Amino acid sequence: MSIEVDDPRIIEFDVRTDEMLVNMGPQHPSTHGVLRLVLRTDGEIVSETTPHLGYLHRCAEKIGENLTPRQFIPYTDRMDYLAGMNMNLGWALTVEKLMKLEIPEKAKHLRVIIAELNRVASHLVGMGAYGLDLGTFSPFLYAFREREKILDLFEMVCGARLTYSYLTVGGATHDLPQGWLQKCEKFLKDFEPVIAECHALLTTNSIFIKRTAGIGVMSAEMAIDYGCTGPVLRGSGVDHDLRRDGEERYTEMYDGYAFEVIVEKDGHYPRDHQYPAVPREAILGDCWHRFYVRMLEVVQAIDLLRQAFDRYSTAKGPHSLSLKLGEKLPKGEAYLETEAPRGQMGFYIVSDGTSIPWRVRARSSCFCNLSVTHELCRGVLIADVPAIVGSLDIVMGEIDR
Amino acid sequence: MPSGPSFYDSLKKKFGGLITGENLTALDPWIEVAPDGLVEVCQYLRDEPSLRFNFLNCITCVDYFEPDEKKAAKTGWQPHLEMVYHLYSLPNKISLVVKVMLPRWKDDVAGELPEVPTVSGVWSTADWHERETYDLSGIRFVGHPNLRRILCPEDWVGHPLRKDYEMPLEYHGIRNR
Repeated sequence: MSIEVDDPRIIEFDVRTDEMLVNMGPQHPSTHGVLRLVLRTDGEIVSETTPHLGYLHRCAEKIGENLTPRQFIPYTDRMDYLAGMNMNLGWALTVEKLMKLEIPEKAKHLRVIIAELNRVASHLVGMGAYGLDLGTFSPFLYAFREREKILDLFEMVCGARLTYSYLTVGGATHDLPQGWLQKCEKFLKDFEPVIAECHALLTTNSIFIKRTAGIGVMSAEMAIDYGCTGPVLRGSGVDHDLRRDGEERYTEMYDGYAFEVIVEKDGHYPRDHQYPAVPREAILGDCWHRFYVRMLEVVQAIDLLRQAFDRYSTAKGPHSLSLKLGEKLPKGEAYLETEAPRGQMGFYIVSDGTSIPWRVRARSSCFCNLSVTHELCRGVLIADVPAIVGSLDIVMGEIDR
Repeated sequence: MPSGPSFYDSLKKKFGGLITGENLTALDPWIEVAPDGLVEVCQYLRDEPSLRFNFLNCITCVDYFEPDEKKAAKTGWQPHLEMVYHLYSLPNKISLVVKVMLPRWKDDVAGELPEVPTVSGVWSTADWHERETYDLSGIRFVGHPNLRRILCPEDWVGHPLRKDYEMPLEYHGIRNR
């Protein structure tokens, strides 16, 4: 059959695609804060991704140079605002390292309880928001319903629901209130069945698997090269968790706790027989694995919480050291990283011997995790970009500081 | 930290004058490297099997400058900038800090940014961290593939983490002070 020049099929085969710049953000709902991505696209294929950050830059480091370490605690809340407790903890430990303070036994276990509980809350948002990124709304509701209960628990502890300023230099501002542990235990008991629901909603959902398995594969080498940490690094199969491998000042909090680093070994995660199996389509280092690591970390955090309850109730001593608000800092510098829910959060403090630090620096985990996007988003479909960026679980407040 | 003085001695033997100082008893032990030898030393620290510093935690810059003249007399240091690189070795689980001392301005001409070679070829983490350091502390990283501001707007004036930084009076018609 001959084809005439004005045959409509010719037009169909002759659709030229031009390179086009597509601006995603700065207020795209699926970019976890105010992130702007400029995509260079050819049809549906993305050839280049340029992230533009800084929309939430609040000069935290500069502010830190004008306040005492205790006064800086509320500013750390506002870095990763979904894991304020973990940010407080990172900064408090760094200052304690510089001041060479020894923290009371009870404060250590209290910190484990609070930090792990916040990890659960943070991963719940990560999970729910990731569902939103991929176009499903219901997991978000399930996740926020549970997170709400954790926020209630935090409110009982310190009066705040988001910006806690609870863990502070020397311990915590208050001891846990009477009867709080029982309430927390009850919450854990109610929460455990919900994890199975979340797995049913997302982990084993065939649409979810299609959207995430084999997408945005990051090799272990790439993850290390770009300084990725946390679930992003472990999702690529690197066995590294600061709660086990970090500095002694941090790991001693977890001394004697039974826990395994959540990382794939020979196709299996620790204790994964209780949870959905890895789908055939998934490749180590893809979006699905990053998501799955987070889900298993929630279970692990619950386990750690239960262990911490026992230790906390038998621990003696005060919940905090008594320190002056404007305590003089010794001359010198200290750098310490902790395992926050989104990766390794590092703080660096330089002191010239006064009570106000000479220099404060916050090393953000999401900042490094986000810097791989241009590698991961090369040659993918536009629809995969939110899937990839979402799987990194970034919080812009922490990136821009 | 890599074990003891033997590490420092072998480094000193290998690189000689490029290693300009150390403090191995500090909270975070550090070595000081001349700007010209930075890339070479970093490459070695990353690839040497007994060290394998394959993970760059953080790059930052500290401005040692006291604007108040009365206080400046008591500080005990000459004005300078200090680049600080925090390294970690995933296989060996050790960390090390590398420092580079720089003048506050290149050739002491105020406004000319001091220069240091980029290590973004050694660790990709350095790419964004160096952009941030350029943006906030005002260091020019020679050989950096894309040295643009990252947190401040591209047309921002000045480098806010310098101790003598003054906030611009206005930005695009917005009064700042």
